[in-house]
Amino acid sequence: MIKMTRYLFFTIFICSISLLGKAQDISSLILKAKQKIDKVNDYEAAAKMKTNVTFLKVPIATVKVYFKKPNKLKVKSEKGISFIPKGAVSINMNSILGNNDYTVIDAGKDKINNIPVRVARLLPNDDNSDVVLSTIYIDEITNLILKAKTTTKENGTYELEMSYGKYASFGLPDKIVFSFNTKDYKLPKGVTFDFDDGSNKNPADKAKAKKGRAEITFSSYTINKGLPESVFL
Amino acid sequence: MWNLLQIELYKISKRPRTYIAFAAITAIVAIFQFAFKADGGSYMNLMLQSVQDTFDMDKSKAINGYFMCYIILNTLLIQIPILVALVAGDAISGEANMGTLRLLLTKPISRTQIILVKFAASMIYTIGLLIWMALMALFVSLLIFGADDMLIFRVKGDESQILLITKDDIMWRYFAAFGYAAVALTVIAALAILLSVFAENSIGPIIATVCIVIVCTIISNINVPIIDNTIKPWLFTSYLVGWKGFFYINTNADGEPIKGSIENWPAIRNSLYILLAHIFILIGAAVFVFKRKDILS
Repeated sequence: MIKMTRYLFFTIFICSISLLGKAQDISSLILKAKQKIDKVNDYEAAAKMKTNVTFLKVPIATVKVYFKKPNKLKVKSEKGISFIPKGAVSINMNSILGNNDYTVIDAGKDKINNIPVRVARLLPNDDNSDVVLSTIYIDEITNLILKAKTTTKENGTYELEMSYGKYASFGLPDKIVFSFNTKDYKLPKGVTFDFDDGSNKNPADKAKAKKGRAEITFSSYTINKGLPESVFL
Repeated sequence: MWNLLQIELYKISKRPRTYIAFAAITAIVAIFQFAFKADGGSYMNLMLQSVQDTFDMDKSKAINGYFMCYIILNTLLIQIPILVALVAGDAISGEANMGTLRLLLTKPISRTQIILVKFAASMIYTIGLLIWMALMALFVSLLIFGADDMLIFRVKGDESQILLITKDDIMWRYFAAFGYAAVALTVIAALAILLSVFAENSIGPIIATVCIVIVCTIISNINVPIIDNTIKPWLFTSYLVGWKGFFYINTNADGEPIKGSIENWPAIRNSLYILLAHIFILIGAAVFVFKRKDILS
């Protein structure tokens, strides 16, 4: 019995050592990814935003994205009317990794577009944080975050998929695919007096209607040139 | 024929009731513009609803001259038939009431010519009314609210949609929409002239036209499948709002609007044919009845 207890303790000890080692490993990977992001104090980026939401029929918008440390992000339409997803603030990785007040859990390995990645779950230590859980997928070779999933208390789950190009050394993506939850949109009856042209009487796909997607393709970044506070108002 | 038309237009211009319609349009448009300038945000909140929880959008940009004109047309084109009936319903019955119809018929003009000239004069009046509306609702709104992209709120089948048309793709749609509205309102003028042939005073045909338009509009807006398929296709009021079709922009597979496109041109074209057929039938019936009518007044 004593032998068996010793054996059990030994096994638990070995497992703990191994898990701790792995956690440190993923933490250092996150740190490396964060070091890249930390090089950027502010940026102004020109981008095209393609919004794909069932009820929204809008053209590709020309937008400017402004960022300033620690956590200020603003997406502004260059001209005309644009629908900017409210959760777009999370396209900034600083909003996830910015404060170090989270617990890291190693969630193993995965593949994104055939690129092997390490998966880390970040649990905020602050009980009042709107973010419940963030899962990030880091490319071990480049130390870049390729995918991030953030679950919030108020606004559901956001998902980001990033592809990198010439600004990879700053951890800034060339393209972000941003998925988010939308609410059902229903116009009040008898307000619009529509012309019934006999087209599409099929019921709408409710499940599809509740998912939205925005593709932001960045054409250029102006990094660390300073930004006035007024752009974030 | 041209002289006759000039005389008819002169008669219309001398009637005070002609200007009631222009004054009414001016007043309604001004009220709308004032209301939206003061609190357009509330209307936007009503239309955007849950969209505001998910998206940020500059509402002040959305309330612009193009959007205002669309909202005004949406409301006014349901009331305008009443204003058209005011003049067109008086065309023959007004002459009968004043006792000038018999005198008119002693002139060497055929009864068909009389009806056609009265119809042409009513049509010109209708077009004048629409031009006034375009000036007030579109150009004055553009001066007050400025120009920007336009949002169209629409219910398509079971689905509510928000369409965005860029500002460089809007003006031609308004020209087309006003052209369509001219044809649609000419149907009302033709109906009022037909009813006017039967009456000895103006009130009857004017009220009858208005009643027909109201009843048919209500039926056209009832969403009952049995009515949708049987009665609605035969009612001209189902096609009065066809001008909106020019603002239903076509989209690609990704849901992006295609500049310069219309979602369902065949539906608009067919609506135009149906409205034109109504005009020919109503005016044809007016000529037919008037030619056989025993003029006693």
